[in-house]
Amino acid sequence: MSEATALVLEEPLSLWGGVDPATGAVIDAHHPQLGANVRDRVLVMASGRGSSSSASVLAEAVRAGTAPAAIVLGEPDLILSIGAAVAEELYGVSVPVVVLPPADLAEIVDGQPIDLTAEPFASSR
Amino acid sequence: MRLVVRAAEVTGATELIDVTGAHVDSCLYHGEATLDFVQRLADGRARVRVPTTLNVGALDLLHPELYRGDRRIAERGRLLMDRYRSLGARPTFTCAPYQLADSRPALGEQVAWGESNAIAFCNSVLGARTNRYGDFIDVAAAITGRVPHAGLHRTEARRATLVLRLAEDVPAALRDTDAIFPLLGIVLGRRAGSAVAVVDGLAPGQSEDRLKALGAAAASSGAVAMFHVVGSTPEAPTLDAALQHHRPSVVELLRLGDLRAARDELTTAAGERLTAVSLGTPHASLAELERYAAMLGGRRVHPHVEMLVSTGRDTLAAAARSGISERLREAGVQLLVDTCSYIAPILRPSEGATMTDSAKWAYYAPGNVGARVVLGSTAECIRSAVAGRVIRDDALWGPA
Repeated sequence: MSEATALVLEEPLSLWGGVDPATGAVIDAHHPQLGANVRDRVLVMASGRGSSSSASVLAEAVRAGTAPAAIVLGEPDLILSIGAAVAEELYGVSVPVVVLPPADLAEIVDGQPIDLTAEPFASSR
Repeated sequence: MRLVVRAAEVTGATELIDVTGAHVDSCLYHGEATLDFVQRLADGRARVRVPTTLNVGALDLLHPELYRGDRRIAERGRLLMDRYRSLGARPTFTCAPYQLADSRPALGEQVAWGESNAIAFCNSVLGARTNRYGDFIDVAAAITGRVPHAGLHRTEARRATLVLRLAEDVPAALRDTDAIFPLLGIVLGRRAGSAVAVVDGLAPGQSEDRLKALGAAAASSGAVAMFHVVGSTPEAPTLDAALQHHRPSVVELLRLGDLRAARDELTTAAGERLTAVSLGTPHASLAELERYAAMLGGRRVHPHVEMLVSTGRDTLAAAARSGISERLREAGVQLLVDTCSYIAPILRPSEGATMTDSAKWAYYAPGNVGARVVLGSTAECIRSAVAGRVIRDDALWGPA
């Protein structure tokens, strides 16, 4: 995938308990964007959150073809980075997980097209 | 090893250190990817290099008939648990490995643990050192025996930066009950996020079971991997020690209203109608099983109430030797091992409320298994189970 549209989350989302890997739908009843779908989007959030099982859910979403095209965070998240690394190892599909300074993160607008062949995504593949 | 090196890149570590043990959470089934991963490990003839315990799985292997969900998922979940055992890990299947006498790392020991409550307990109560290791990296650490030298493996990161001080309006009677600990945890998790906080204002020498309840709640509402309680946790003999002799970044008061708000927020059911009671999240210790039996005091659980207690298979074996498990069963209590009732479909589907003394259960069960929850103290749960309706002890909390 060379381009994808941004899904900017208002609050951090735990993928475990937060996303159904069978469909990519946001299922966390407490999340303001309940019902949105992460599939093939560039998921943008300030940080990761919650369960250590989110690594498994990300890998399962990649297997099922429902994963985001890329993930953009405001701070490093070991759990999501490891989930993406395992998915690439198992299925040969790369979901770049990149960290941007908060000011750059805040400039991304929901629905904005993002070029995944440009930096910082290209070197994260 | 590639995963461990990737972890070092993400955490910014420049060196790896040895660990002496691991607790692996990857054995809980989350779809075929989890089986594909362990198959890849098996194909490479991987074996764990350090003593490794396993966290809960998708079902109770000793009482599989309790599973009410999709049979195919139960079978895949069982296969995943078997695969992790085949890597050389001990089939403990508990979220409370710290209750096993031979799986308690010593003060200062470096380990790699998964499972949020176990991570918090390991760092805070045992004073052993682990980061928040998630799925895949936990078993990668067990196989390589190495982790990045980052985060809570380093002394300076274990310093409390946030002080939570109990306000004067929290009654002395409440400060010395089990009921306060899960609620303290919920508030601590919300306020601390992933920072290290220290709780000031409790009597010294709080029990491991109380600290377990606090940590499990904090690791549910926040990303808490370590906390201190002045006078009770080993790296906080004094407030100054927990702060490593620095000034705290933030000092906040924790009021009675905060605790009551946390309790009410995690209570999603209204009315008195009660259909189930769930205790033992994280897994009940032998001391807790003994307390439940003593609190029941020979009375039986009401016939309309399903009462479940989750515990580890090793604790259940000890309870069988001492006769406690038989006493609980005679009172109408169902004992569940290897999994937990907020992960697996075990409870009878129902419109009524489930009462629990666990903030972690209250936090996750509505989303995971569709439960309607009343959060109460252990004593309130047991009185309610016997009476067949929700009973509150307003003397403890003041009138609502």
